[in-house]
Amino acid sequence: MSSTESLVERSLGPIGQIPLGEGRAFHVADHHIAVFRLREGGLAATQADCPHRGGPLADGIVGQNSVVCPLHAQRFALATGLAEVGDCDISVYPCRIDAKGDIVVTIPA
Amino acid sequence: MTTAQLGDIREDGSATATRRKLVVIGNGMAGARTVEEILARGGGELFDITVFGDEPYGNYNRILLSGVLSGQSDATDIFINPLDWYADNDIELRAGARVNHVDREAHLVHADDGSCAPYDKLIVATGSRPFVPPIDGVMNGHGPRPGIFVFRTIDDCSAIAHYAQSCSRAAVIGGGLLGLEAARGLLSHGVEVHVVEAGPHLMGQQLDAQGGRILARTLREMGIGVHCGAATTAITGDDHVTGLTFKDGTHLACDMVVVAAGIRPNAELAAACGLDVERAVVVDDQMRTQDPDVYAVGECAQHRNMVYGLVAPLWEQAEVLADHITGTDLSAAYEGSKLATKLKVMGVELAVMGIKEPEHDDDEVLQFSEPQRGVYKTVILRDGRLVGATLLGDVSKVSYLTQLFDKGTPLPEDRLELMFDLGAPVAAVPVGALPDDTQICNCNGVSKGDIARCASGGALSVGAVMKATRAGTGCGSCKAQVEEIVTWAAGGDLVEDPSAHYYVPGVPFPKAELVEQIRRLDLRSASEVFDALAGGRDDPASKMGLTSLLRTIWGPDELGDERDARYINDRVHANIQRDGTFSVVPGISGGVTSADQLRRIADVADKYAVPMIKITGGQRIDLLGITKEDLPRVWKDLGMRSGHAYGKSFRTVKSCVGTDFCRFGVGDAISLGVEMEDRFKGLEAPAKLKLAVAGCPRNCSEAMVKDVGAVAVEGGRWEIYVGGAAGAHVRKGDVLCTVDSHEEVLQITGRFMQYYREHARWLERTYAFVPRIGLDELRAIVVDDRDGIAARLDAEMQRTIDEYVEPWQTEAAAPVTANQFAAPIAMSV
Repeated sequence: MSSTESLVERSLGPIGQIPLGEGRAFHVADHHIAVFRLREGGLAATQADCPHRGGPLADGIVGQNSVVCPLHAQRFALATGLAEVGDCDISVYPCRIDAKGDIVVTIPA
Repeated sequence: MTTAQLGDIREDGSATATRRKLVVIGNGMAGARTVEEILARGGGELFDITVFGDEPYGNYNRILLSGVLSGQSDATDIFINPLDWYADNDIELRAGARVNHVDREAHLVHADDGSCAPYDKLIVATGSRPFVPPIDGVMNGHGPRPGIFVFRTIDDCSAIAHYAQSCSRAAVIGGGLLGLEAARGLLSHGVEVHVVEAGPHLMGQQLDAQGGRILARTLREMGIGVHCGAATTAITGDDHVTGLTFKDGTHLACDMVVVAAGIRPNAELAAACGLDVERAVVVDDQMRTQDPDVYAVGECAQHRNMVYGLVAPLWEQAEVLADHITGTDLSAAYEGSKLATKLKVMGVELAVMGIKEPEHDDDEVLQFSEPQRGVYKTVILRDGRLVGATLLGDVSKVSYLTQLFDKGTPLPEDRLELMFDLGAPVAAVPVGALPDDTQICNCNGVSKGDIARCASGGALSVGAVMKATRAGTGCGSCKAQVEEIVTWAAGGDLVEDPSAHYYVPGVPFPKAELVEQIRRLDLRSASEVFDALAGGRDDPASKMGLTSLLRTIWGPDELGDERDARYINDRVHANIQRDGTFSVVPGISGGVTSADQLRRIADVADKYAVPMIKITGGQRIDLLGITKEDLPRVWKDLGMRSGHAYGKSFRTVKSCVGTDFCRFGVGDAISLGVEMEDRFKGLEAPAKLKLAVAGCPRNCSEAMVKDVGAVAVEGGRWEIYVGGAAGAHVRKGDVLCTVDSHEEVLQITGRFMQYYREHARWLERTYAFVPRIGLDELRAIVVDDRDGIAARLDAEMQRTIDEYVEPWQTEAAAPVTANQFAAPIAMSV
């Protein structure tokens, strides 16, 4: 995301859709996003598909603030999107829980 | 030339004004390696570097292409420098642009995209192209006809792999190294592969006739057709290839052809601009052409009448060129390479140095040949010195011989020591004694010196050194030697990667201690283990192994089940596939099914438009391409139990028809197979368990190469095999004991598996576990109950079996987590 793009907040519905410690995939506008509900609290959102071979990141195991792709164990930092194992980084999106308990993600408009 | 001529300083601090322009034509292994060497000598400060490459990629390790063709590696795995590397080093890469003219007067190169680039210094690294012999029916106008391929680039690999899908038989023209690499790559595409060589034997460049014959024999045993002395005169077929015709009039039917008959230097560009070209671009000992501003390097260069097609000379040339062009060492001289090389051809190791056949009347030849094992060794001696050696199939003496060859050191009294380790324990050359420039990793061109410097420079574990130098990261055949050198170079400082002994990498305990800690602290979940034993660091790579261990210790009922600590397969009870869909394998105990089951499977396949229905190696039926959201419906419609074909767990019991129908059967393999699978189904373990029961020693169900197998022998008895494997690793199982009844088979195999569950490391298959513990020890514990734990092992196994919950029907009826089987959740905007 470059800073010149305009951003918009989208609600993805109640937090209860995601079990603690796991991720789920969402389609919102034209974006495919994986949202993770972290055991240490809070949420993280990334692009849904692994840049290596398109693996579903929402199905990955999360730990130490990173997610491991279930296909070939490429590993990405959830906060920055930087690759910890593998060559390609991923996009990450600001994500929070609002007062109603809904997931809110910030994506390019 | 030194950095003294630095001029202006740019905003980013680097010098610019007097930087000269360096243009490199060719982005293959030679061009890119030379640039790396130049950068390593501060060349980034001296030159603005532009690299032209006619492939649209960064540069990659061509030696590993057969791995890409076979699907073993991904194309991205073989990149040496991805596109980012060029940007990071301020190199302008013009990928996809082919230089078609060099104007030496104007110091300008022109590319076919209309662009041009001025240079002060020019490096020609145009490499080679495949040589296509004059054969009727190969070309149509611009290039090879459909179905006919060359083997040189990543794009060639994808084209071959794609075309092979629709073929049943492929012919490779060329029985040299390149042809055999292509054949190896093709094998994994399910086509029958034939190698066609015009010369009298395979690998004529490296092997003599006898060596070639032994290699051919080894390849035939792998199922490859080998045709030597077969000169191809025509490729037949109109729209598509139908076969090859040979000079003697015979014919070989095939539906695709890979031409791998050697390479020819790309020297036309250099010739057109007036550089001296014979077989290739002629260079001096500094890798310069007759034009002092133009260098040539790699396969397109001819030095002292030699044109090299192997990678090791290229590394040496690149170093000299870089020393000279950067002014680091103007006296650096390349004096030719002594040809000693280590190769792996279709998994067969080959080392060759010096001459391959005697040249003088008084050259002495020692020869050893053992065709059955595919082993062949010759050593050629002249005036008490080693002048040539060939080792095929057994290269254990290669370091020793290389040293004798390179240094011309005197030979041992007993000449047999050149070929064999006599008596024990003998001296492989201690790595300390190897010369620093001995090349260890041939894939990445890393020498002993490079590895040693890296280790003594502070990279104190084998993994760290491999990562930093790339040694051992190609085909992997030199890993043991890399380890040895790192150990030697680090002296006492070597940090053994301590995690090598941990059960999982992120929790610092070996298995036995970890189990003790978990019990003592009453830890019931992966989170609790990380908090108590790993400082709260929840290593994701450790979660799956911990979950398995916790379930083995506590059983599912007493566990704080954390679904997020499971791998996706264990969250949704199916095996994730490359496209994110899943495979569904219903349990079919002992491989015995019924018309009713088959009908239900067929109905499900129709209803869900299952793209692939596959009979598995484990005598089951695999429905592939099921979406996650369809899984519960598919399970309900099947009405069958899970086959557990996705977890680290007991998988299946193959059986033969035993006494029921087979006229040779001596034991009731079907009943026993069904009983075993019904009893142990879904049993979780440190790695998967594949079993089989054979009704007689003909072993039709392959029970002797299973993790656990039972084989009926005369007299109504059963031999129990453990530790067998027939996957990536092949091992015949060991006979643990022979028993008299089905009940005893169930008891002893159950006890063995429980002991394995308690003592094996995470992902340690029985083929590694059994030799590690030792067969005698296992027998003492499991069969003779030396330690008095048999009753406890039996009880633990029984408890686990009693606690089994069939996951498919249970969770189809009641999903365990929110959106457990949901498709991506669509949000309307």
